[in-house]
Amino acid sequence: MQWLERHVPKLVLAPSFIAALLFVYGFIGWTAWVSFTRSRLLPNYDLVGTIQYERLFASPRWEVALNNLFVFGVLFIGISMLLGLLLAIFLDQKIRTEGVLRTIYLYPMALSLIVTGTAWKWMLNPGLGLEAMVRGWGFEDFTFDWITDPDMAIYTVVIAGVWQASGFVMALFLAGLRSVDGEIIKAAQVDGIPTHRIYTAIIIPSMAPIFLSAFIVLSHLAIKSFDLVIALTGGGPGYATDLPATYMYAMAFSRGDIGQAASSAMVMMMIVFAIVVPYLYSELRAKND
Amino acid sequence: MTMKMILATSVASFCMAGAALAEPQAEVLHWWTSGGEARAVAVLQEEFASRGGSWTDMPVAGGGGDAAMTALRARVLAGNAPTAVQLKGPAIQEWYEEGVLADISAVAQEQGWADILPASIAGHMQCEGTWCAAPVNVHRVDWVWANKAILDEHGIAMPTTWDEFNAAAEKLQAAGITPLAHGGQAWQDATVFETVVLGVGGPEFFRSALIDLDMDALQSDTMKAVFDQMRTMRGYVDANFSGRDWNLATAMVMNGEAAFQIMGDWAKGEFLAAGKVPGEDFLCASTPGDGYLYNVDSFAMFDVEGEDAVAGQNLLAELIVGQNFQKVFNLNKGSIPVRSDVALDEFDSCAVLSANDMAATSEAGSLLPSYAHGMALRGAQAGAITDVVTAHFNSDMSSEDAVAMLADAVANSM
Repeated sequence: MQWLERHVPKLVLAPSFIAALLFVYGFIGWTAWVSFTRSRLLPNYDLVGTIQYERLFASPRWEVALNNLFVFGVLFIGISMLLGLLLAIFLDQKIRTEGVLRTIYLYPMALSLIVTGTAWKWMLNPGLGLEAMVRGWGFEDFTFDWITDPDMAIYTVVIAGVWQASGFVMALFLAGLRSVDGEIIKAAQVDGIPTHRIYTAIIIPSMAPIFLSAFIVLSHLAIKSFDLVIALTGGGPGYATDLPATYMYAMAFSRGDIGQAASSAMVMMMIVFAIVVPYLYSELRAKND
Repeated sequence: MTMKMILATSVASFCMAGAALAEPQAEVLHWWTSGGEARAVAVLQEEFASRGGSWTDMPVAGGGGDAAMTALRARVLAGNAPTAVQLKGPAIQEWYEEGVLADISAVAQEQGWADILPASIAGHMQCEGTWCAAPVNVHRVDWVWANKAILDEHGIAMPTTWDEFNAAAEKLQAAGITPLAHGGQAWQDATVFETVVLGVGGPEFFRSALIDLDMDALQSDTMKAVFDQMRTMRGYVDANFSGRDWNLATAMVMNGEAAFQIMGDWAKGEFLAAGKVPGEDFLCASTPGDGYLYNVDSFAMFDVEGEDAVAGQNLLAELIVGQNFQKVFNLNKGSIPVRSDVALDEFDSCAVLSANDMAATSEAGSLLPSYAHGMALRGAQAGAITDVVTAHFNSDMSSEDAVAMLADAVANSM
């Protein structure tokens, strides 16, 4: 009986542990193996060295995808956090309709990225959306054709992504703002410190953990972005808005080049690790201290 | 398990009764799910059933066949391949190299396929000398479709050279009409590109550049001229072309918003469905230059076990190439029969033109597989070329850079 009591947690956790081991780490291992082979339509298991990685980094399309990931990641995370923080601070001013506004800002998160992408595709289409509307008002010279311009198209993905995610970030920050000890704020107010100084010097620094979680959530959203690009631009014009995830999909499922897809998946995983590992490390160290 | 046992016992009892006739069975994986296509497949199903077969339909829609390929990969890896799979071009050879295709030479010889199919198309259906696939139809890719009213109004004849095409386009543009209806999707860019390669370079150049991937041809001045023409044509499309679907581009020609579209003969289906008459409302002609680019759908036959399945496979192969199915299916689909001895009375004038050109080019050796539709090259190489073509078309890249990039991309995709 006592044995059972001691071991019940382990027994209960065992199936999910084994499942995670197999379906997450097992398949990571499988993908790593395949990325060192010459697999085409079907996986084969003869190791041939790093040829797939050499091909990957010689491919101009992969270069575009990586650059896009960088541009999209930095802007998406940066603007979402900034906008989310501003919205949260404004909502934190004890305004009357806070509940309604909070819901409105949070709603985009309830939409599927496919819906977001399709809706923005129509709004950004120069012949149907914003440009046509403003021209219809009489501003004949107005142009906003980023979505058809290969140099600017990636920024339309940022716009749609920020629209979708900043409400969610706002909710995170709002919770953070509310959790700051009211006594400290009152004390600061009594001392006559201006409101903006209270935010910059007291409240925001005490929310550092929230920033970190918002960053982690947004960065993994950015790295695995796929459906937004597919719905919004289809990777185009040309392949100007390709991201690593869409590159991998094209290689694996349209072109029958599984080795190439596996190597791009491994590189994507390493990018995620580069972000998550320092975070985990700092978390674990903080606990050990 | 029990199903298998029941089957086994029933097979055994048949044998004991001395009636060793197998009941043909076929499981068919395809992605013909839209209106006209689904009707066309139903024709085959009925014919199969009327010959005593039992058909298991396995339609997998989505992604232009990508979803079906994923399903196929899973089935083959599980050792349980379907009887017949809609596959085409070099993909058939790729699956053959994985060692999973069946040999249907017996049916092919009995039906005399070698005599009724154009030689270059028959080549796709053979794997190292044995027949492993059955062709369904021939789509021509190098078509230019035009709005007749617009051309008449501006006194323009169907262009027979690219210079004529450019001159006509300039004239239309000056009159405020979009010369070329085009959708900015990679495969549509590639479709236009290959017709330009064929027109500017000629059939021999097409063969060495896009089939043999000859590095000299890929880096030649002719290829630069091809990219120059692509750059010129980029000026003939409207501002909203990015991401537009091909059928919306066809609608632009139909509605008189644009004059020309370069697209395979599935575009004809859109015209006909809208009640337009070839020769009266719209015109069809091959794109400037010699040659014929084909896109042939076919069913590859996978290795299956059991007498019933093999019998089903053979019956299916016989019916697919049979006269009746070839006629009915292609009337529904807008393509033309792959065999040369089908009466064309019920086909429209564009289809008759296509069939005559196919026969003529087959004689002249300029009947060529389409690269943009996966007939000429394997996925990785075709994709690498398409990447360059679409990057060039959608930016201000120079033709010199495009040619250099093309050679690099092809080398890297090997």
